[in-house]
Amino acid sequence: MNFLLKEIKQFKKNKALFLLGLPAMIALFFVSYVPMFGLIIAFKNYTYDKGIFGSTWAGLNNFKFFFTSQDAFRVTRNTLLLNSSFIILSFAFAVIVALMLNELSKRSVKVFQTVLFVPYFISWIVVGYLVYGFLSFDYGAINSILKTFHIAPIDWYSNPNYWPAILILSYLWKNVGYLTIIFYTGILGIDSTFYEAAEIDGATKFQQVRTITVPLIKPLIILMLMLSIGRIFYSDFGLFFFVPREVGALLPTTDVIDTYVYRSLRVIGDLGMASAAGFYQSIVGFLLVMGTNLFIRKVSKEDAVF
Amino acid sequence: MQKDYKGKSSNLIIKIVLAILSILTILPLLYLISVSFSTNAGIVKYGYTLIPRDFTLEGYKFIFKVPKPIITGYLVTITVTILGTALGLILSSSLAYVMSRRDYRYSRFTSLFVFFTMLFNGGLVPTYMLMTKFFHVQNTIWALIIPYSISPWFTMIMKGFMQTLPFEIVESAKIDGAGEFKTFIRIILPVARPAIATVGLFYAFAYWNDWWLAMLYIDKESLIPLQFLLYRTLSNLSYMLNNMSSLLNVNIGNIPSESVRMGMAVLAAGPMLILFPFFQKHFVKGLTVGSVKG
Repeated sequence: MNFLLKEIKQFKKNKALFLLGLPAMIALFFVSYVPMFGLIIAFKNYTYDKGIFGSTWAGLNNFKFFFTSQDAFRVTRNTLLLNSSFIILSFAFAVIVALMLNELSKRSVKVFQTVLFVPYFISWIVVGYLVYGFLSFDYGAINSILKTFHIAPIDWYSNPNYWPAILILSYLWKNVGYLTIIFYTGILGIDSTFYEAAEIDGATKFQQVRTITVPLIKPLIILMLMLSIGRIFYSDFGLFFFVPREVGALLPTTDVIDTYVYRSLRVIGDLGMASAAGFYQSIVGFLLVMGTNLFIRKVSKEDAVF
Repeated sequence: MQKDYKGKSSNLIIKIVLAILSILTILPLLYLISVSFSTNAGIVKYGYTLIPRDFTLEGYKFIFKVPKPIITGYLVTITVTILGTALGLILSSSLAYVMSRRDYRYSRFTSLFVFFTMLFNGGLVPTYMLMTKFFHVQNTIWALIIPYSISPWFTMIMKGFMQTLPFEIVESAKIDGAGEFKTFIRIILPVARPAIATVGLFYAFAYWNDWWLAMLYIDKESLIPLQFLLYRTLSNLSYMLNNMSSLLNVNIGNIPSESVRMGMAVLAAGPMLILFPFFQKHFVKGLTVGSVKG
């Protein structure tokens, strides 16, 4: 009883700030927390007329259905393989470009940085159409070039095998500039006295990069790496939905968990599969995020996010 | 700090490599602009080319003959961006301030409350059910505003900034007898202007470019925002043709479809691209604060 009284007294002291933050907390509660309870839909035979509470329990049936179909393996494989490729390649390119930028004057850097950053602001809808501009069978730039060399044009949109590469290139085009800025800023933070000392010792530029720059931005790279890996179960929906132009034949290599859930929910109307796949993604995604964050904590305490 | 040592030859190689990369980056955009100014006949004959073989304005003329979809698109997008950014800033800054006050008894709980949503979420199905079956916001403007109005990521960025503000200004306001609310509005917000500008830019960017919310919740013509309109037009030309040709009595075969599509893409992507160089500094600052601090 005393405890309660004490808490109430404390609350009165903090009431003003509590009320200040309350609208946002309420909004966040409804936008992010309430849907978490909706995860139970995956365990129900949801029908629209009965609603969430009236529908019968399905136990693990939706999951059984999802995991015994080909879909689960396919979308998981696509999600993981493509996201891994994105991470590895975009990091490699971004670090190299950032290292290159570091050699140039501020003016040159500004120009290149701006140009490389532009694609980041173009929506995937436009990018999808840009890709179409290259790969269209009749008018596309690539087929036009092939035709002038008397090579038969390729029907890009009917063969799923080309698409991992196409998706990777699209992703790199759009995102390397953004990542480069992050790494370049990290490089800028390196104390110049390190380089001055190395120069006095007669180190070549290459040696300076190898022994000073790279080791000192390694923490930043690892941090970004861990953050990306933590989200490896989530895909950039726009990329996977718009660039393949929703062509069914390409689904074997372009369908990821996010697009699968969307299609099951909105196009096919199979709520059981959609909710089971969504639940799968939320849980595994959460475990990965927690896991990588705990791992960072172990490896380098200050770099941990929490 | 930047190194002062610059070897001339290696610099040249670097500049050449980066120049090639830059050209490859811009190339698709040049095609986009080029096709928007090309005649259909030219496209059929030569395919997509870097410079229009037969320059024409017919694509754009066609779009502006029936401007209603584009004007609606702009109106909806501008409204949503202004309302959404305002709401987002109000919610984010108030929450961030509360989280940054070490003397607030529940600041840690609040931070955790916000942060947890970045780790775990219910996913598309429950969110969709909530919006449509419970709140019934489908086909209303709120469906385009509410979901993005409280971003945990942006809130954390603001919190990071607010933590750098000296506590003395709050204390002196309290001594002067100001309540929390007044302190927040009269003292904190003016000082936090750079952060508000940066985060405001992020919110605006998120709202302006959004197509996802429209794709999920909107099919009413009058509420279709710019990017989603673009998607509909690019992927489903007959949709647009049904709107336009009946009004114009134009033979469908005569519509310069390719240049119209690309023209719409230019019109939809244009504003962002033109404004972007001016705001680039803010974007970069916000990005690096957000990601380096984590």
